[in-house]
Amino acid sequence: MIDERFDAIVVGAGMAGNAAALTLAQRGLKVLQLERGEYSGSKNVQGAILYADMLETLIPDFREDAPLERHLVEQRFWMMDDRSHVGLHYKSDEFNEERANRYTIIRAQFDKWFSSKVREAGAVVLCETTVTELARDAYGKVIGVRTDRRDGEIHADVVVLAEGVNGLLGTRAGLRPPPRPDNVALAVKEMHFLPRETIEARFNLKGDEGTVIEAAGTISRGMTGMGFIYANKECISLGIGCLVADFQATGETPYGLLERFKQHPSVAPLIEGSEVKEYAAHLIPEGGYKAIPQLYGDGWVVVGDAAQLNNAIHREGSNLAMTSGRIAAEAIFQVKSRREPMTAKNLALYKTMLDDSFVIKDLKKYKDMPALMHIQSQNFFLTYPQLVSKAMQNFLRVDGTPKKEKEASTLRSFVAARSWLGLFGDAFRFARAWR
Amino acid sequence: MSETAVRVEEKLFYNRYLVDAGRAHIKVRPHAAPTAPLLALLKVCPARCYEMNEAGQVEVCVDGCVECGTCRVIAEPSGDIEWSYPRGGYGVLFKFG
Repeated sequence: MIDERFDAIVVGAGMAGNAAALTLAQRGLKVLQLERGEYSGSKNVQGAILYADMLETLIPDFREDAPLERHLVEQRFWMMDDRSHVGLHYKSDEFNEERANRYTIIRAQFDKWFSSKVREAGAVVLCETTVTELARDAYGKVIGVRTDRRDGEIHADVVVLAEGVNGLLGTRAGLRPPPRPDNVALAVKEMHFLPRETIEARFNLKGDEGTVIEAAGTISRGMTGMGFIYANKECISLGIGCLVADFQATGETPYGLLERFKQHPSVAPLIEGSEVKEYAAHLIPEGGYKAIPQLYGDGWVVVGDAAQLNNAIHREGSNLAMTSGRIAAEAIFQVKSRREPMTAKNLALYKTMLDDSFVIKDLKKYKDMPALMHIQSQNFFLTYPQLVSKAMQNFLRVDGTPKKEKEASTLRSFVAARSWLGLFGDAFRFARAWR
Repeated sequence: MSETAVRVEEKLFYNRYLVDAGRAHIKVRPHAAPTAPLLALLKVCPARCYEMNEAGQVEVCVDGCVECGTCRVIAEPSGDIEWSYPRGGYGVLFKFG
């Protein structure tokens, strides 16, 4: 096989790599996909929510046999202080539809299934193989890869780098900078197993209905970060993540945060009596639009997390990964169909197509958000959640204080904490970054 | 702190690993006194792979590594550590991920 030449080599078998390999194989290209895990999925970590629309484009009938957990009928946002949370819940029976929009999934199982579709489409998938280096010709064009499995090089017209947020190949080859502490978050996660009925009772769910909770506030101890609780069929994915730069600056430990999150009075009853079966950690790209690197070059393209394609505000990553993988594959197919070489000039088509998709449009919309959240992390993740919690308690606790005095005291607490200028400034900056 | 240390080991006990004995995928550059990035790793590594030895130097034991790459982000640019992925098939094997 080593002497064979491929139309494309895809490095990595996550959402982006599988979408790329599948699309290329479906279009009739000769594809080799390399994955370092013992099977596709065994190194992949996510919350995880699957966005049906993007998968449907690739595999229209995926609902027939994909390992899906629960279809989401509800989203809860929690703003937390140490003993309370203020919630915004949206639940709709309209999400109980035949072709549901979002599902919880377990990545190791889902990716294994996704990979089976890649193989069925005709791609060669080689697991337990770590790609160690890109092979380049005298002009610097990427012409293939070297792996730890075999001697020599495996050649292809183009290499699709779907190597994940911590991709070594592209960064070592100088194709893009390595991730910086201020544009990646470290998230830790546990899988809590409980009987199905217990999960459904605790989250108020019927049958395969599911819900997810996204939480922010004092749980991140002033750092830019979020907690999450996702209901699967027979387990709960629970985790918390914060910017690596913030961990570095504060000396907080990720497992310390996780333990405190689990002990929060709003969280503890949800997981009480559970059996933990796995502890995982993963980096999440948080740099947004401004952190997107060069996406293509002579003989290569980069897709998914490796290209920092993650919408941190909407907690969307896997759909951007899948879409960028598919679009890169379609661009490669078009170049190939014209019988043209895989030069940077021709592969620029990938960027043109991606710019025109929701992937880049959404990231552009929130381009100023990562910086705002990071610089103002104390205010947005500590001060405001505490103020809002106190305001709610003041509103609800009946103690004989006239309402007018209560409102005045709530207002005073906001002004004392942030000043009028600070309050208006924060509102203005937030609105501008959101626009 | 010791209570936390026990808990992290317990967490790692849930995980499946195939350890590539004698081929650590992370190496710490020999040093007399640890740099700031190395000291940060003692706290930030989610698997507590980094420990300080009796001589006050930072050491790594990769057996429990979950391959997140955080230490690479913090300490590779300064040359304090060398980071590669484990050989194909080795390292952490997520059942759920």
